Amino acid sequence: MAYDYDKSIRPGKLPHIWCPGCGHGIVMKGLIRAMDTCELDRKNTAIVSGIGCASRLPGYLDACTLHTAHGRGAAFATGVKMAKPEMTVICCGGDGDGTAIGGNHFIHACRRNIDMTYVLMNNFIYGMTGGQFSPCTPTGAIASTTPYGNPDQVFDISKLAIGAGATFVARTTAAHPREIDKLIAQGIKHKGMSIIEVLDDCPTTYGRRNKFRSVIDMMKHLKANSVSVKAAPKMTAEQLEGKFLTGVLFEDTEKPEYCEQYANVIKKAQSA
Amino acid sequence: MAKKVALLQGNEACAQGALYAGCKFFGGYPITPSTEVAEVLSVELPKVGGKFIQMEDEIGAMAAVIGASLTGAKSITATSGPGVSLKQELIGYACIAEVPCVIINVMRGGPSTGMPTGPGQSDVMQAMWGTHGDHAAIALVPASCQEIFTETVRAFNLAEKYRMPVQVLFDEIVGHMRERIEFPEPGELEVIDREAPSVSPEDYKPYDSTKGQVPPLAAFGSEYKYHVTGLNKADDGFPTTKASLVDAEERRQVNKVLDNVADIESNEEYLTEDADVIIWAYGSTSRSARYAVNELRKEGIKAGLFRPITLWPFPNKRTAELAVQAKAIVVPEMNLGQMVFEVERAAKGNCVVAHEGRVDGDPLNPGQIMAKVKEVL
Ligand SMILES: Cc1ncc(C[n+]2csc(CCOP(=O)(O)OP(=O)(O)O)c2C)c(N)n1
Ligand code: SF4
Ligand SMILES: [Mg+2]
Repeated sequence: MAYDYDKSIRPGKLPHIWCPGCGHGIVMKGLIRAMDTCELDRKNTAIVSGIGCASRLPGYLDACTLHTAHGRGAAFATGVKMAKPEMTVICCGGDGDGTAIGGNHFIHACRRNIDMTYVLMNNFIYGMTGGQFSPCTPTGAIASTTPYGNPDQVFDISKLAIGAGATFVARTTAAHPREIDKLIAQGIKHKGMSIIEVLDDCPTTYGRRNKFRSVIDMMKHLKANSVSVKAAPKMTAEQLEGKFLTGVLFEDTEKPEYCEQYANVIKKAQSA
Repeated sequence: MAKKVALLQGNEACAQGALYAGCKFFGGYPITPSTEVAEVLSVELPKVGGKFIQMEDEIGAMAAVIGASLTGAKSITATSGPGVSLKQELIGYACIAEVPCVIINVMRGGPSTGMPTGPGQSDVMQAMWGTHGDHAAIALVPASCQEIFTETVRAFNLAEKYRMPVQVLFDEIVGHMRERIEFPEPGELEVIDREAPSVSPEDYKPYDSTKGQVPPLAAFGSEYKYHVTGLNKADDGFPTTKASLVDAEERRQVNKVLDNVADIESNEEYLTEDADVIIWAYGSTSRSARYAVNELRKEGIKAGLFRPITLWPFPNKRTAELAVQAKAIVVPEMNLGQMVFEVERAAKGNCVVAHEGRVDGDPLNPGQIMAKVKEVL
């Protein structure tokens, strides 16, 4: 029997705005399955995003949804979670949204280890505005503002999240749809800041400029270049060159969670 | 029973006013001369089960405040010039998404870093026009420590009642001055909470204005699930580009303030009844102006003071009336000319309108105002 996504989608909100072949829809389906796995009460779930194609995701889902300003999703989500810690808070957005304009909020949300799950859809480009390069566009790639090849260096989002203090960091790709929901569900269950980076594709503004003739080419590329963390130790440095690791990259269950820390502040203030 | 009294700084009075109003969330970033508001709330909010968070910057602080408010918590941030500039995009977000919140701006000079420890009144136009796009604004300008307390309470009331951001602007002089404060008893000042929806969760539309200009706002994490966006939206909260819907929503969000000026307005007048010259002054400058009025009267000049406590929406009607009655209106401000343009607009050429500005970090003193009055009469 086909999976029932409809019960999670707001009536009348489809079709979505995404182009045919856009990876964001694959991520949305993964998120729905993960929310089902975790049996989330949708009334008690906030899904918060910034601005971009990826950030349009919350509007389709039946929950408390908050589509904010470019880059600010994690900061809005911090306010929601702090004020009502009993809510499950999920953030989502694109690579530009989360690591360029919103980079400061991203790293500080990681540092605080506030209990939320951030699904970051990295399609290597600013899709919504027509394909300008992002901090995740590969060096040398063509974007509408890097006509001679991108001179910039690239952010490794997962490493950034680990360095900043997130306590659950995982990466997968749109070519591994079954892994998407597993990792998001693990992230939701983890108490603390969980970053799930999903490498996906933007055929419209990235693929066509960078010799990926079809969405299938892009998916093949994602698949061919990903190496699971389990397989990586058996590979040589040479074999790992240019590959991205997938799976759970980092997990720390010891570090205190932010809202619990603040609950202690309240206890101290009230007993003083 | 005697009322509780204390010698409080303006910024401390602001924090106490917020607590009186039932504030449960502060998000901020330190900046002189506003920091004491944050410091007091970091001590007091957890005592009442509220939350205090120091964010990574003022943009994040504004974002956290809006997020917290959507869960039903009365929320506040406090900052000064450079911080207010950073908050502007999200002040607009709170306008269009109609999320109640209070923004304290303890004004210093500027632009840029300016004079961080000196007073200024140069953010008064920014309070109205700082964020992009059409929108309404409410801004209050208390002139004493007691008034900072009561106006902070009123700012929360207006924010909750009209579902929008409300700014409270006081200059560094009032923010850092210490005065005797009488704490109002609980219940003595009106405290307004946002209207909760009365329809069932299935029928709830967060921007349904069929029953009034200000639609009820449900809390995240209650029985109600809904969508919030900064895009132009229909009454159900979802984005639309349909011209008639966009137009109606834009106008409603501005008119909910303009149609209720009588409720939002607050002014004080001193010896204006027979005045030939009106000193139109707000904040700490109005204190010098009052002194100047008394001195001028001793010299036989019929001077009066008009003091707006609500600066935005602008007190058009009363300013226009005074312009007909008086020969001149003098507008002293710690800036090089901002509210004076609004006064001129309201005066419609019926009297002389003159500005007296000061931007050197010293208070605008009575002598300076008196000299200007004599010059224009
Ligand atoms: C303050 C601000 N600056 C710029 C923009 C324009 N803008 C909208 S979306 C976007 C890029 C989105 O890219 P990404 O986050 O990677 O999402 P994608 O569209 O690729 O899914 C930009 C630059 C904006 N909306 N707000
Ligand atoms: S422009 Fe790119 S990211 Fe945006 S919907 Fe189309 S394919 Fe997806
Ligand atoms: Mg992108």
